[in-house]
Amino acid sequence: MRDVAIIGVGITNCGEIWEKSMRDMFVEAGLAAIDDASVDHIDSMYVGCMSGGLFVGQEHIGPLMADYLGQAPIPATRVESACASGGAALRCGYLDVASGASDVVLVGGVEKMNDVSGDDATYALATASDQEWEAFNGVTFPGLYAMMAVAHMHKYGTTPEQLAAVAVKNHDNGSLNPVAQFPMKITVEGVLNSVLVADPLHILDCSPVTDGAAAVILCPADMAAKLGGKTPVKIIGSGHATDTIALHSRADMTTLNAVTKSAGKAYEMSGKGPKDIDVCEVHDCFTIAEIIVSEDLGFFEKGKGGAAVEAGDTRIGGKIPLNTSGGLKSKGHPVGASGVAQAVEIVKQLRGEADKRQVKGAKVGMTQNMGGTGASSVVHVMEVM
Amino acid sequence: MPSARMWREYPKRYRYEAGVCQKCGKWFFPARVVCDACGHREFDTKAMQRTGTIKTHTIIRVPPAPFKDQAPYAVAVVEMDDGPCITTQVVDWDEGQLAIGQKVRLEFRKIYEEGKAGIINYGYKAVPV
Repeated sequence: MRDVAIIGVGITNCGEIWEKSMRDMFVEAGLAAIDDASVDHIDSMYVGCMSGGLFVGQEHIGPLMADYLGQAPIPATRVESACASGGAALRCGYLDVASGASDVVLVGGVEKMNDVSGDDATYALATASDQEWEAFNGVTFPGLYAMMAVAHMHKYGTTPEQLAAVAVKNHDNGSLNPVAQFPMKITVEGVLNSVLVADPLHILDCSPVTDGAAAVILCPADMAAKLGGKTPVKIIGSGHATDTIALHSRADMTTLNAVTKSAGKAYEMSGKGPKDIDVCEVHDCFTIAEIIVSEDLGFFEKGKGGAAVEAGDTRIGGKIPLNTSGGLKSKGHPVGASGVAQAVEIVKQLRGEADKRQVKGAKVGMTQNMGGTGASSVVHVMEVM
Repeated sequence: MPSARMWREYPKRYRYEAGVCQKCGKWFFPARVVCDACGHREFDTKAMQRTGTIKTHTIIRVPPAPFKDQAPYAVAVVEMDDGPCITTQVVDWDEGQLAIGQKVRLEFRKIYEEGKAGIINYGYKAVPV
């Protein structure tokens, strides 16, 4: 397998992007990444998209995006793993370059979620759960994560204030990110006084419905060194794992096996461990998710994730800054794009281009992107070249 | 939901039929054709006892469209006494009964209606005992 580097990144504004279509946003991010990499061609592409069919009535998204990016007839494949679609697409692109099959690969992600009503968006997102045995009985995604939160609070004493602290920290970070959907700062009291969606999760514990796209350009590391463009970032670990589709099938609902397994593979491959990571983007679709994931990635002892965020350990300047972009919570969660947007943020951090949210001296970064209630998880470890 | 999709699930939703691995004895609800514990592919069909214990819970306050007339409603993961865990609504509960460790029994109830002219879907809901 060849070493693989990320040589270009691009991202659109995240939010309610009424004036742009799904393809408009993808092409904007794709062109930005191509220009950032200063490449004159791409050999193949992968598009992370969770549900073009339900959100805008469009499937067959690989060729559509290649066409509008002016890249047909290159091979182009849409990758779907619910909210982990972007991370899974990144892994496909990584394997394509590592295998030697392609040299220059564009990995993008896109989701256009605001063209449908809130009810329709809720329905589309619920298809990532077990339709027959979870959604059929009336449980929603906030409901499933709320049940994880109740289990975590019962077992470890995690508090609503600690959940809220995740949202407050991510909004603080998002206030420094020009593409963030909700860059306003919030308070713990504000979160706790916001409307309950599924007890104990309030609306401000939940990531929003977001339009957006992101893209990265990959190539062999030796080619990246010769191109002489911006500082390349090497992908030194890639891990992907699955778990039961239904939350109820798991013996312990306070841990996510797919996260532990995918991180374990990525750590082993990279020769790095949790203590070596300088900055990490994690899948904070709900505040409890960031707490559980921060433990399962090995940053904190099991059950201590809530206390760690409250102590400021995950802030910029803390022991392990999580979601410097603002995360899904504040930057926004265009589901199929989120995994790629995480990689965009980590590359910016490792290049030293993250402006006011820069983690000083960051050399090794990580992304963790998951689908559903953690039935799929993809982890990448990256190091500046 | 097409009627065939409902019809083919009747044995599980209406009769609580589980699959029990003939080799290692693990119970699956709904039934499967491959045991994830031992890899065996032969199962006995057995109806689950309709009793279990709440493992975790929540109250859905922002429901999916077909459940609007029921909200707010409680949902739980229940570990059945035979072993499988399920997601189910909890109904007819008093204060303090929506709690981890609460014993429940399953009752056959209406789950939701698909609009004014669609299928009326039935299944199980949990009631504290």
